[in-house]
Amino acid sequence: MELSTHEVEQIAELAKVGMTPEEIEVMRSQMSDILDRFKALSEVDTEGVETTAHPSGVVSVLRDDVSEQGLTQSEAMSNAPRTQGEFVRVRAVLD
Amino acid sequence: MSGQPAWGLTIHEARAALDAGQLTSQELTASVMARIEAVEPTLKAFVTITGDQAMEQAQRADDRIAAGEAGPLTGIPLQLKDNLSTVGIRTTCSSRMLENFVPPYDATVTARLKSAGAVLVGKGNMDEFAMGSSTENSAFFPTRNPHDPNRVPGGSSGGPAAAVSAGEALFSLGSDTGGSIRQPASLCGVVGLKPTYGLVSRYGLVAFASSLDQIGPFTRDVEDAALVLSELAGHDPRDATSIDWPMPDYASALTGDVRGLKIGVPKEYFPEGMGPGVESAVRAGIEVLAGLGAEIVEMSLPHTMHALAVYYIIAPSEASSNLARYDGVKYGYSAEAETMWEALAKTRQEGFGPEVKRRIMLGTYALSAGYYDAYYLKAQKVRTIIRSEFAEAFSEFDLLATPTSPSVAFELGAKTADPVSMYLNDIFTMPANIAGIPAISVPAGKVDGLPVGLQLMAPHLGEETLLRAAHAYERAADHDMDPSL
Repeated sequence: MELSTHEVEQIAELAKVGMTPEEIEVMRSQMSDILDRFKALSEVDTEGVETTAHPSGVVSVLRDDVSEQGLTQSEAMSNAPRTQGEFVRVRAVLD
Repeated sequence: MSGQPAWGLTIHEARAALDAGQLTSQELTASVMARIEAVEPTLKAFVTITGDQAMEQAQRADDRIAAGEAGPLTGIPLQLKDNLSTVGIRTTCSSRMLENFVPPYDATVTARLKSAGAVLVGKGNMDEFAMGSSTENSAFFPTRNPHDPNRVPGGSSGGPAAAVSAGEALFSLGSDTGGSIRQPASLCGVVGLKPTYGLVSRYGLVAFASSLDQIGPFTRDVEDAALVLSELAGHDPRDATSIDWPMPDYASALTGDVRGLKIGVPKEYFPEGMGPGVESAVRAGIEVLAGLGAEIVEMSLPHTMHALAVYYIIAPSEASSNLARYDGVKYGYSAEAETMWEALAKTRQEGFGPEVKRRIMLGTYALSAGYYDAYYLKAQKVRTIIRSEFAEAFSEFDLLATPTSPSVAFELGAKTADPVSMYLNDIFTMPANIAGIPAISVPAGKVDGLPVGLQLMAPHLGEETLLRAAHAYERAADHDMDPSL
């Protein structure tokens, strides 16, 4: 499974991970190598087999809608890199 | 206490001395802190050391012991892997992304150990975001193996394994997504337990692959593992995958009797090309169990060979989703740039190391339109087949016995250039995560001075049988696993 440079650039864009052209090239070669290892899975007959999303067997865990004390606003914001007053500050989304 | 230093005690030995008034938690904690000071320049098993807070906690533990209110872990020094949240103490995941992150809340396991009166001496080094098998992916520094400092301690919980082996803590907690407790336990000669998925709450564990992650203990013997598990296990409404189940007292399961237990030995776990010393040590360990009266039967788990592919599709897919939260806005590293999108890409370029980027990229690819069915959906179906294969095996066998890792500890740098060769370290441990079953690595002696681990696997919630067999084996084999350090 040989990925193209363009494909790897597209994946990096989707994943929002900045990469230099050199990093893209290393990633292309390593990802191609790893994806080769996945080929064997296509030989497994999975006709009619259900998927496993997680293995503990519990489903649709619900609780009564009762309020409880959570973090205070200052605790919740204590690690925010940029704040303004009581708000988290973000950079411009649109030009 | 005479003879051995206090830092070298097991939890149950220290408990007896503390309760008998022969030792105080402050003396024990001071002994552990002195040991840390002596060996940490070589080992580097800690990202953060919390000496002052530890001495305060030890003083409170001594008060509690004096008042006759001590539990099994009161006054016992421990380390936590640095992906377990500790309020007010930075929790880095050994990543630049979280280098200065100070959690505003405790993980459920942290809170449970605090209320048990255990004494936190620091946070353990790890592969960044628990992705790796050697602790060389830590963004800060690699951890060394106490049995040979030129070699890796395994990973991703290399700091916890090395710390417990070397006496820098009486126990530690790690997380195991594909072997990250058992493989380093094997390479450092300590006991490492991955409980059943859902037995221990994951609340406050920094998420890597949520359907595979599970927290468990590193200890110096099996009795200690049972003691710690009894404190950790239990339903937590804050973790929706937590199992609501009447928790047994695991220590009382250690009867020493394995007569009549039927133990399967799957042939796929002894492939050609494995270290010959590893195979003979593990086979000798299985013979010890036979000598104790267990029935040993060679058997087959034919889909084992697909576990690697299933794991390396599911784990990166879940990681790419979980790690989307690191955007430089709410917390964590934040790069400077003009627009939000530029800042996001730059934050993740500078904040994540190569292995984390590789997994995010693989996961993003496997989940993307056009590839989802061929990779993620297919892997989830083969996951069902692997689970069924284990379920079928456990209808016939009480336990399965295998090597924990195909090799002993390797030298630093030996596998860093080739990701696939690093991934192969976990081929024997990943299947238990895929199936969600419990598994333990117990020391099976040394080959050329380096520890080997015997892995036992049990059915869903089969921890009592698992611990009983591991304990009986450990007592009969009586290996000396003290490191040279």
